[in-house]
Amino acid sequence: MHVGILYSRIRKDEKLLLNELRERGHEVEKIDVRKERFGLESTTANVGDLDLVVDRCLSTSRSLYATKFLDSYGVPVVNSPETGDVCADKAKNSLALAEANIPTPATEVAFTKEAALEAIESFGYPCVLKPVVGSWGRLMAKIDTRDAAEAILEHKETLGHYEHKVFYVQEFVDKPGRDIRALAVDGEPIAAMTRSSDHWLTNAAKGGETASFELDDRALELVERASDAVGGGMLGVDLMEVGVEPEADGGEGSGEYTVHEVNHTVEFKALDSATDVDVPAKVVDWLEAKAAAAADGEEVAP
Amino acid sequence: MSVHGRVSGTMTSDTDTLLAEDPITGEEIELPADVEVGEIIDSPVTGTELEVISLDPVTLEEAPELEEDWGE
Repeated sequence: MHVGILYSRIRKDEKLLLNELRERGHEVEKIDVRKERFGLESTTANVGDLDLVVDRCLSTSRSLYATKFLDSYGVPVVNSPETGDVCADKAKNSLALAEANIPTPATEVAFTKEAALEAIESFGYPCVLKPVVGSWGRLMAKIDTRDAAEAILEHKETLGHYEHKVFYVQEFVDKPGRDIRALAVDGEPIAAMTRSSDHWLTNAAKGGETASFELDDRALELVERASDAVGGGMLGVDLMEVGVEPEADGGEGSGEYTVHEVNHTVEFKALDSATDVDVPAKVVDWLEAKAAAAADGEEVAP
Repeated sequence: MSVHGRVSGTMTSDTDTLLAEDPITGEEIELPADVEVGEIIDSPVTGTELEVISLDPVTLEEAPELEEDWGE
């Protein structure tokens, strides 16, 4: 197949993907989105002969616009702009999960610091304040006191980009020192790992330790439903184990989960290292199937 | 800040590596021979992220700093 890769940085993830594609004899068109222009009917990017384009943009804004333009030209692109739109925004992400009746942390959005403080007080302490756009655990605040809440809200309102004036307040989930990342393609898991840390943020990007994790039936079901809820594609589904009883601590091994996020430009180098699964090979298997489906005139979105 | 590195790209005796100039320190550094345009590497001298701008000749620049909307 002739596949395009939208990118602005070739990280280890993209390198793994590129190597696998080339080893299989696929022709790869690297598209550095920083150098291209996207018009209403055409683009400077060389996409005319591509069977499929894979969005690997590190920048969310570039990802959303570039995929939208390519989709408008009729170029098959994964993930779809619709999936990106839902996943890129934590509020839309939470709504999609809730609308699909998938367990997800209780969340409220408020637009002023006064209303946000009311939301925080209603959750009680600790609770969590997150930016609606962002990743890798950046600018996330675990709020332990009203004093801290007032200070953080004032800082966000004064210093922040307009998106920081959308206050996304969430219950604090007392997870067992780890969360779970599952990489799935159209709902089918490729591999999963835990990310553990003594810190409340367990993201691999924050230094969380990773280990292979076997998804049980309940987790498999939730991953599939979460993928469907955001429109499918190659996704990083994040789950936390929760206690069966409301007052139970932790919940490790409880078999109950809450899905806190679905990521649409998922990194997989940590997963590739943490598990025995050949993650790039599985990803390319899926891309080949997507390209074949597109060639048959099918939508690449499931 | 954007700093251009000296044109280099010399193959070492070990064919698995290329030599290029670190754009920040001016020191010669080794790159994997399969490095490609757009790839981010960590400078072995300073740890700074460097972006491969071109291959023929090999040119490095200091990689763009993290922006707020970067991520997954």
